[in-house]
Amino acid sequence: MWILVGRGCGRRHAFALWATGATRGRLPGPRPAPTRGAAAESWATDRLYSSAHLKEKLDMSRFPVENIRNFSIIAHVDHGKSTLADRLLELTGTIDKTKNNKQVLDKLQVERERGITVKAQTASLFYNCEGKQYLLNLIDTPGHVDFSYEVSRSLSACQGVLLVVDANEGIQAQTVANFFLAFEAQLSVIPVINKIDLKNADPESVEKQIEKVFDIPGDECIKISAKLGTNVESVLQAVIERIPPPKVHRKNPLRALVFDSTFDQYRGVIANVALFDGVVSKRDKIVSAHTQKTYEVNEVGILNPNEQSTQKLYAGQVGYLIAGMKDVTEAQIGDTLYLHKQPVEPLPGFKSAKPMVFAGVYPVDQSEYNNLKSAIEKLTLNDSSVTVHRDSSLALGAGWRLGFLGLLHMEVFNQRLEQEYNASVILTTPTVPYKAVLSSAKLIKEYREKEITIINPAQFPDKSKVTAYLEPVVLGTIITPDEYTGKIMVLCQARRAVQKNMMFIDENRVMLKYLFPLNEIVVDFYDSLKSISSGYASFDYEDAGYQTAELVKMDILLNGNIVEELVTVVHKDKAHLVGKTICERLKDSLPRQLFEIAIQAAIGSKIIARETVKAYRKNVLAKCYGGDITRKMKLLKRQAEGKKKLRKIGNIEVPKEAFIKVLKTQSDK
Amino acid sequence: MALPGARARGWAAAARATERRRRVEGTGRSPRPEPASQRAALYVHWPYCEKRCSYCNFNKYIPRGVEEAAMRRCLVTEAQTLLRLSGVRRVESVFFGGGTPSLASPHTVAAVLETVAQATYLPADSEVTLEANPTSAPGSRLAAFGAAGVNRLSIGLQSLDDTELRLLGRTHSASDALRTLAAARRLFPGRVSVDLMLGLPAQQVGPWLGQLQELLHHCDDHISLYQLSLERGTALFVQVQQGAVPAPDQELAAEMYQGGREVLRQAGFRQYEVSNFARNGALSTHNWTYWQCGQYLGVGPGAHGRFIPQGAGGHTREARIQTLEPDNWMKEVMLFGHGTRKRIPLGTLEMLEEVLAMGLRTDVGITHQHWQQFDPQLTLWDVFGASKEVKELLERGLLLLDHRGLRCSWKGLPVLDSLLLTLLPRLQEAWQQRTSSSVPGG
Repeated sequence: MWILVGRGCGRRHAFALWATGATRGRLPGPRPAPTRGAAAESWATDRLYSSAHLKEKLDMSRFPVENIRNFSIIAHVDHGKSTLADRLLELTGTIDKTKNNKQVLDKLQVERERGITVKAQTASLFYNCEGKQYLLNLIDTPGHVDFSYEVSRSLSACQGVLLVVDANEGIQAQTVANFFLAFEAQLSVIPVINKIDLKNADPESVEKQIEKVFDIPGDECIKISAKLGTNVESVLQAVIERIPPPKVHRKNPLRALVFDSTFDQYRGVIANVALFDGVVSKRDKIVSAHTQKTYEVNEVGILNPNEQSTQKLYAGQVGYLIAGMKDVTEAQIGDTLYLHKQPVEPLPGFKSAKPMVFAGVYPVDQSEYNNLKSAIEKLTLNDSSVTVHRDSSLALGAGWRLGFLGLLHMEVFNQRLEQEYNASVILTTPTVPYKAVLSSAKLIKEYREKEITIINPAQFPDKSKVTAYLEPVVLGTIITPDEYTGKIMVLCQARRAVQKNMMFIDENRVMLKYLFPLNEIVVDFYDSLKSISSGYASFDYEDAGYQTAELVKMDILLNGNIVEELVTVVHKDKAHLVGKTICERLKDSLPRQLFEIAIQAAIGSKIIARETVKAYRKNVLAKCYGGDITRKMKLLKRQAEGKKKLRKIGNIEVPKEAFIKVLKTQSDK
Repeated sequence: MALPGARARGWAAAARATERRRRVEGTGRSPRPEPASQRAALYVHWPYCEKRCSYCNFNKYIPRGVEEAAMRRCLVTEAQTLLRLSGVRRVESVFFGGGTPSLASPHTVAAVLETVAQATYLPADSEVTLEANPTSAPGSRLAAFGAAGVNRLSIGLQSLDDTELRLLGRTHSASDALRTLAAARRLFPGRVSVDLMLGLPAQQVGPWLGQLQELLHHCDDHISLYQLSLERGTALFVQVQQGAVPAPDQELAAEMYQGGREVLRQAGFRQYEVSNFARNGALSTHNWTYWQCGQYLGVGPGAHGRFIPQGAGGHTREARIQTLEPDNWMKEVMLFGHGTRKRIPLGTLEMLEEVLAMGLRTDVGITHQHWQQFDPQLTLWDVFGASKEVKELLERGLLLLDHRGLRCSWKGLPVLDSLLLTLLPRLQEAWQQRTSSSVPGG
């Protein structure tokens, strides 16, 4: 279908998937003749670019479109994506080849610790192949489907991907999820089998899996060891040969996609952009298609991987742009930028981030509120996908209700709060956004819509006022050695999941597809899965919309009084289990009082679980030795002080710790 | 300062004569003409023990050899100094505690008593108690203490189960204890108390109540029931931490306590305080002074006292603590005449807090008259009458507030510490309201 531009760099390649659809209108057609000339010749030197050369402002016009390749690396966690990126950066001289190049693109501590990429990084590589100077833009993507929107935006700036698979572990759930994202974006997929140096590596069997699951001929797989650098050069060759240059027009008016943004304290928002058409340079006036705000460009450049300013950026190129934006929400991922007074059709696929998991975040101590506030503000400066609403709980004090793209996103955010800002926080059990289809005309009028999203259980409308409740569902992929299939199916069933598909990807590994209510996987599903499969099963999921669900509102009562902060929306089938767990946790953490406490879980007037805390029988210190009253009085006064801080439900005093124990995320359910 | 033996024997002999008369004639106590500020109880601390008990974290020392003469001189000197400082005219009770004061020689006890009798009025019927350990107190020794002026014994029996006694690290056996108890009753009829512990590791309710029943066959008119509290820094604490010994079960301890109260009530004992039970009026007047927030002087290493230093021109009651470590304490006494390490003036609110916390430990609680002695303006009704939370405690039948005063019910006494968590803040609140409202009025 398309004509290979890079000449003499190996065989022609047309990836089958590439030809399957033209829905996006970006399918490369016959390419105009390469406009080689001055640009290519001036870079004829064989020397790779060193950072010293880049000090002068680069003239990016020297890279014609046909010498540009935009690609991503996608992989399951720990399959070697970042290590391969390091090797590619070294090989192209972007970074020096030292022993210290460990995951250069993963800048955050949490990324290096967890072996995941949270914040996508981008690097422009210069590569000389058979006398031609190529500009290879490696657009890193976040490594988890929580960030699938970001991934999809990053991928929309690419024409191909390297799909890295561990030669030892084979295809994992995230490999599948990532592949389909690339497949849907109609990108060239280059399968790379990594870690062939490992003792138990079985690249042949992985090759077969790739054939079976992705329908890619086995001989297209490149077998490498990124760690040792084995065969990495051929990956670069493949990028040039198998990935088409972007189909863009330098002569058209500017059309640039924002695919990421970061915030710099001194320079404001730095937007990462991919140019689909036109040129952008300093002092251009640009407009955001989403906000319609106009900005003047202060700086453009490429990422190397650090920012390196250039005179201009041209169609097909990828780089950054600084234009006086004060807030990351002004540079939303997926937005289109164009020149003032030269409006263009915005690029398709833009949507605002949609949080799928909500959790309360509270300072452990209220005196920490302001510190935590500033930490959250700083973190969200760089992550516009986190939604922030102030919230306050009678038990936990002032805090926030944060919305996250998914579980990992939430955990990473929390970890960054703790690691980078030294904040100690109480993170409450995550909830999902339920919906209700209203039947009551009065309510519809009040909400001005028929379908409402319920984030706070307190807003849960009564059954008599709705035609249906809806819950978010996801399509989960589980890949596991066959021997664990039975146990996993039992687990999935217990989580109200419906099996959609099951296939063997090789002789002893099974891929299962289940439709899960999101709520059922937000708490501890992943841990349970790992534990029943001795760590061998992998799991990933993608958004699958909403389905009707029999939801109920469950109250927790202490001696008949409702505890507002413990009201929970729960599926009818799970109410008993959840209610029992909450009652048990409360029983363990409520201190005895002068009277018996009945802890009950109730749906409406029906009690579904109950625990009892018996009354104190004796708590008077037996002896005051030798008239030492002072110590006793001190102790009593300290206790009396503490008692003042307790929250009262009816006449029951509930310490903050009891609420924390019930509300806090915990995986020992 | 050495005391002539004859004078010491003089007070003791007179005291014994009065005691006989009191028992025979059933006469009441001597009149108390002195105001409360000129009366006090006296506590004397003997800091030494033969052996460390596994549960005890109190201020005690296992000496290689006690220089008893020096110790005696210091106790006498400090008693003189503090009596002078307090301006106390009358000492109503003396309590020799420890440590193991029955390890001290009767001569030392006599010397202290004689000093008190010389410095102030020590009525012949004053209660003079000695804590006695069964092994260090054979009958002959007890008689010698009696001759020295002791007229009441408190025996640390702790348990009638030899396994439990070993766990507690006691040096005596159950039969030792019963033998000592019998001897003590012969010498001090009607004036012997025994301590029994409850809530020990692995202890069960039935067998413990059995011990109590057995004890009733042997005991005199006073019993103290103490729940074991596991204290940091004790051998028992470490054993429990290491899992060598099960942790004491609070629930079972509560059951034992409840059962024990019932048993003793049926046996005709009055529970006059949280841990103390007496029949035939054999209450300990010395401890009663603590619970009624009377004045007391503390003599000896680590002893606590509460009195107004009137002899030095003071008008405010002070909480006083003597230097803890015996050698340092002795040095200070020799240099300055006393080893007072800490003096904390007590304000009226603090006094009232103590009146509340201590008074409610007793069965009579706090009478209106008693409260009025400490605060003539703010009545118990003013403080507690209008409080919603207090009302709830009254309604639950845990607390009583009536024309007699404020007190715990039978049901409320075991949970007094919880009641105080409501009452103390209420008192503080009432106090603040009064002080803030009294400001504009002058």
